[in-house]
Amino acid sequence: MRSLSRTIVAAILALPLLSGVASAYELTLPSFDYRTGPYAPNGIPFANGYGDYLNMLNERDGGINGAKIKLTPCETAYNTKRGVECYESTKASGDSGALVIQPLSTGITYQLIPKASVDKIPVFSMGYGRTSAANGKIFPWIFNFPATYWSQATVFVKYIGEQEGGMDKLKGKKIALVYHNSAYGKEPIRTLESAAKKFGFEFLALPVDHPGQEQKATWLQIRKERPDWVLMWGWGVMNQVAIKEAASIRYPMDHFIGVWWSGSENDVLPAGEAADGYLSGAFHQPGDNFPAHDDIKKYVYDKGKGLGDRDRIGEVLYNRGLVAAMWTSEAIRKAMEIHGTNEVRGVQVRDGFEALDVDEARLKELGLPGFTIPVKITCENHEGPGKVALQQWDAKAKKWSIVTDFYEPLRDITGPLIAEDSAQYAKENSIVPRICN
Amino acid sequence: MFYRETGQFKASYQDDQALFPIDQDRYVIFAVLFITFAVVPMLLNQYWLNAILLPFLIYSLAALGLNILTGYCGQLSLGTGGFMAVGAFSVYKLMVAFPELGFIPLVIISGFITAAVGTLFGLPSLRIKGFYLAVATLAAQFFLIWLFNKVGWFFNYNATGMITSPPMTLFGVIITGPEASPVAKYYLVAGFVAVFALLAKNIARGRIGRNWMAIRDMDIAAELIGVRPLVAKLSAFAVSSFYIGMAGALYFAVWLGSAEPTEAFDINQSFLVLFMIIIGGLGSVLGSFLGAAFLVVMPIMLKNILVDGFGTNTALAAHIEIITVGILIIGFLIVEPHGLARLWRIAKEKLRLWPFPY
Repeated sequence: MRSLSRTIVAAILALPLLSGVASAYELTLPSFDYRTGPYAPNGIPFANGYGDYLNMLNERDGGINGAKIKLTPCETAYNTKRGVECYESTKASGDSGALVIQPLSTGITYQLIPKASVDKIPVFSMGYGRTSAANGKIFPWIFNFPATYWSQATVFVKYIGEQEGGMDKLKGKKIALVYHNSAYGKEPIRTLESAAKKFGFEFLALPVDHPGQEQKATWLQIRKERPDWVLMWGWGVMNQVAIKEAASIRYPMDHFIGVWWSGSENDVLPAGEAADGYLSGAFHQPGDNFPAHDDIKKYVYDKGKGLGDRDRIGEVLYNRGLVAAMWTSEAIRKAMEIHGTNEVRGVQVRDGFEALDVDEARLKELGLPGFTIPVKITCENHEGPGKVALQQWDAKAKKWSIVTDFYEPLRDITGPLIAEDSAQYAKENSIVPRICN
Repeated sequence: MFYRETGQFKASYQDDQALFPIDQDRYVIFAVLFITFAVVPMLLNQYWLNAILLPFLIYSLAALGLNILTGYCGQLSLGTGGFMAVGAFSVYKLMVAFPELGFIPLVIISGFITAAVGTLFGLPSLRIKGFYLAVATLAAQFFLIWLFNKVGWFFNYNATGMITSPPMTLFGVIITGPEASPVAKYYLVAGFVAVFALLAKNIARGRIGRNWMAIRDMDIAAELIGVRPLVAKLSAFAVSSFYIGMAGALYFAVWLGSAEPTEAFDINQSFLVLFMIIIGGLGSVLGSFLGAAFLVVMPIMLKNILVDGFGTNTALAAHIEIITVGILIIGFLIVEPHGLARLWRIAKEKLRLWPFPY
């Protein structure tokens, strides 16, 4: 017993020594993942995609411009308190300190927005988190490209209008929102309320409490109210339960649209054939038929360093993690270019994000041609393009595929809301908006 | 030999009734206070203060509150999360509306607001006992969280239902909001905990505390010797909620900085604090601290040892952590059902005789 405790103490004491030996400058990238708890089915593929892409860069190119990436995973279990602990433990780790924080939870993002802004670490909440952080004048440290929840909500309204035969046909229709009863799920409500006012449809908000395993009452209400369309802002177990419940009341799946966090293989597979035709938002392609995926298989999985199962490469959320890693590494590359050094820190990476410009040609170079939309970030616009497409599930082929073009959001709805919400944040926290040139 | 009161003569009633009648105890308390306030902030880094000590101290305060109700007065409560939310939302509304009052008075006022709410939910305790009371307080938990999530007034009608603590200062030092330094936050919370822990110890050994314990041990007998159950039970609910409300206020305003009711104050909080006092020791101030340390600090330490020390992958480490904490809880309850504080008491008995146990 005594010798064991001695070994542990020795191991702890030896830690700083070991990490001090590494000579080359390493880029620390924390990965807040959740491989446990009710959100694990969605958290695992994302974390695998994120880690595999970065490991692939290490194995293939020796990191970014020769600087190795040190991936620092920390388990949050999608829990805000653990997220804060993870942030505190990773923010100053390694040579560089955390370069970018990806909280992968809207709750944790809200928690970290003020903290990271003080600690000068950029937060990349890719397509989640606080929507009004799109206003780079007030949130210089927060990036939420390629599109926000509000943009997405308006795109759904636009799609519904198109399907109904014109935006004027929305009048008198009924659209329900089934949402995770948390900061995350509540994000689109205000946008949808404004849209309801503008287009004259009836809006119905139905909360589902954490973790979302029990939704009988919600779907009973949907059966009673008979909305023409149902939107869903769900995550984790809640998604699959909702899709199963929708199937059990025989709700038409092609009138049921999930947010892009509610559209992965894990969400639809449990419902089997009944999930056929279910729609969800998307900003990148599913599938593993891109050169980057081949490189991951070749450089990472063939060496036995893969984080997940080989046959799950290319799942929707795997690719989501991959695209997050891609944009992050590109931002770091940009930061190195701007500052002329490989030894970048969080402050410089923020500049890299703000000058980020990943167009189709660059995507091709990265081995991801046509994988996602071109993204260009500016000082005032941290949302980037804001465009969203819809993908549909084919239960027979067990495949997601993008079925629409990328829609422009209704900026006349989201614009004023973003301006109002960010101005309120600035007022509450006495922030003076910066001036962008 | 070292822990012996022989030769310490009490010459007055005052000496005899001191908070810590044995000299050694007093020295230990002074030493602990000295370490807490003078040594710890010098030695420990930001991570320790922010991620480990702040939650430990805040949960200790909450556990202290619940211990007053459950440990001293014997009324089982599962509403701790809800009462913490009352404290948090009161301090939020007050910080936004009356920032000029200063942070410490605002925390104390939110403690009083929580005390009022707690007393209200304590009314059923006059009729029902034990498990049935636990269910009634469980209703309080769900009702309060629902209320804070539903009614926009509580979170100032913002879009997401999240509350964020605005920056406030104390003697010119920022103590809430993101700019606050960990050391300032630590001093603030440690100050609160130290003052109110001593106060709790004081209340518990006095008339009020004895009334509570009489009710706990046998309520009919207590009534026969003249303890009024109405006053005793409701005062326990009030004092307990006061502590829990302050803990909730500090938890939100100082430690987390922003919170949403459904996650930060859910039923798991209630269970967590209840487990703390069961493991730490019912009816013991020291037990509240030991329980909080056991359930807040140990999992984090375990994670750090596994992940950073042995390079275990994070998912496995999380599972090992859950398993280990579970096993330790069961183990402790089998070996010492009266909690960690009882172990300390036994150690004290032994220390009195050591090293000459004859």
